Amino acid sequence: MATLQLNNITKRFGDTSVLKGIDLDVNDQEFVVFVGPSGCGKSTLMRIIAGLESATDGDIVIDAQRMNEVGPADRGLAMVFQSYALYPHMTVEGNMGFSMRLAGVPKEERRAKVLEAAKVLQLEPLLDRKPKALSGGQRQRVAIGRAIVRNPSIFLFDEPLSNLDAALRVQMRIELARLHDKLNATMIYVTHDQIEAMTMADKIVVLHDGVVEQVGSPMALYHHPANRFVAGFIGSPKMNFFNVDLLSVSPEGVYIRLPGGGECTVPADGHTLEQDATLELGVRPEHLVLDEAGALSGQIEVLERLGGQTSLYVRMGELLVTLMADGDVGYRVHETVRFSFAPERAHLFDSDGRALASLTQHPLAGLTRQDNRTPGAAEAPV
Amino acid sequence: MTLLRSNTPAQAMPSANASAGAGRGAASMKMLLITVLGWTVALVIFFPILWMILTGFKTEAAAIADPSFIFSPTLESYEAVQARSGYARFALNSVAVAFGSTFLALLIAIPSAYSMAFLPTRRTKGTLLWMLSTKMLPPVGVLVPIYLIFRDVGLLDTRTGLIIIYTLMNLPIVVWMLYTFFKDMPKDILEAGRMDGASTLQEVFFLLLPLTLPGIASTGLLSVILSWNEAFWSLNLTSSKAAPLTAYIASFSSPEGLFWAKLSAASTMAIAPILILGWMTQKQMVRGLTFGAVK
Repeated sequence: MATLQLNNITKRFGDTSVLKGIDLDVNDQEFVVFVGPSGCGKSTLMRIIAGLESATDGDIVIDAQRMNEVGPADRGLAMVFQSYALYPHMTVEGNMGFSMRLAGVPKEERRAKVLEAAKVLQLEPLLDRKPKALSGGQRQRVAIGRAIVRNPSIFLFDEPLSNLDAALRVQMRIELARLHDKLNATMIYVTHDQIEAMTMADKIVVLHDGVVEQVGSPMALYHHPANRFVAGFIGSPKMNFFNVDLLSVSPEGVYIRLPGGGECTVPADGHTLEQDATLELGVRPEHLVLDEAGALSGQIEVLERLGGQTSLYVRMGELLVTLMADGDVGYRVHETVRFSFAPERAHLFDSDGRALASLTQHPLAGLTRQDNRTPGAAEAPV
Repeated sequence: MTLLRSNTPAQAMPSANASAGAGRGAASMKMLLITVLGWTVALVIFFPILWMILTGFKTEAAAIADPSFIFSPTLESYEAVQARSGYARFALNSVAVAFGSTFLALLIAIPSAYSMAFLPTRRTKGTLLWMLSTKMLPPVGVLVPIYLIFRDVGLLDTRTGLIIIYTLMNLPIVVWMLYTFFKDMPKDILEAGRMDGASTLQEVFFLLLPLTLPGIASTGLLSVILSWNEAFWSLNLTSSKAAPLTAYIASFSSPEGLFWAKLSAASTMAIAPILILGWMTQKQMVRGLTFGAVK
């Protein structure tokens, strides 16, 4: 069992407030990803959980025990650093066994444990090497091995893949997901890469300016973002935003006028809206469809053919709208295109950037990564 | 020297891609010129020391005669110097004082530099500057008070007294150098150690010291050299019992006049140990002194 509760964590460096009251529950065996732009406080939050930094205020509770005054080594955590932070003067075995050496574990026992972890990570042939003789991916695995050996209740990963090249990153992402299934451990993972967050998380915590913007499963965040920030941050390419006029509110949804004059009803709960409220409409590039009879139109400014898909950047006055289309659409730059969207795919945001609750629940919104697995898959060899 | 050396990569480039023999000839001409220039500068700098060593092997008469490289070498001066006063006693004092003060300075400086590098406060920068500023004070300005204090507590002409003075004298430089080496150490590694359960002492002994050893070694070496060469305090605070080699050299400029050959022989013997030490460790010295700069 390993659970973590954060109660109203705040952190100030001098006059600057980095974390402004973070509340969070992490359940046993959950893979939680902290995601947000740089400077949002995600790394600080992780360091506070690790005990490398102290919170200005609030409680850190691990397995129902308040840990604020407990040292980093005694919290039952292990951390994988962005820079790997391997001990350069020790061999791989020395690195992985260092915590046990400090704890006075006999040499034989140490070796057995290191071998066990090395087996999981395929590090056995490298045990006598020094870190400088390893590749980036191997170093990363040693850093993970050093964490596994400690048998922690919670693993902490601080942007562990950001120093790897793109291909290796994808591979390590898959390995980490497998490792999570195999170890059944609670993991907390910090990244600024929303793809890492979407692919690995059971639960994503979106942080922005020291505040939790939304907590939820990847699909919940994608289909039902709580606000404009989350809507823009999750999903790639970024969601398009249009200023729209509110016409009326009915039980079926919010009736709006689109730029260019078209009108539609978005199935969202608008009963709290004022008469002259300013609204923003958000539609993801993949939900905009080319449509001869579409209500929206503009001139293609840039066209990126990716083979399977084509990204169209369409100029609509001040706006540059991104649109993902089929790989073999025949358009050219400077052509005018018309497009539309399914209203139930659209999101509405009020003047404070808060999303209006959708009247329809997306069928996958409750899905977690765990649900993707078929029973018994966890026992499959890694 | 550095200026000259920095030219070489630029010079090497044309020679690397020159296919024509003429181009290669010009480049190697330039290399030759630079080499000759380098040797010349080095010789100019080294000449006084060379002359001193040569003079040590001359007779007193030859030493004051017209300067000449051609003479019949003799150990006469060395014998005379040996007969007059025990070199070994002075040398032993130098070794004890130089290494003792270095050990003590490192012992104090390592924890100080650790706290300044890894747990800095608002006042850390100021403290470092203040420490360095004490080096700008002319030592003679505090000679009288220190002499009086040493006299009253019985430290005059003792190795302990010199060790204390040298430790204090070198401490600012030693702390500064260690501070810059520690600053270069990735903080993550120490934090990883802390996550692995290392106490502060274990962090220092298992991670910090092994990883900054080249820096610590060159710092120690510099401290040994500075202490070894120090003359002001050793001449003023010692007389016979604790006098190091600097006092030994000075003892050859007597009221009866200067005996150049004997003085040179004594000086050669005084600088020989540190010269050899410096020569053997020059690689570490250069590496240590440029550690942060070239990384």
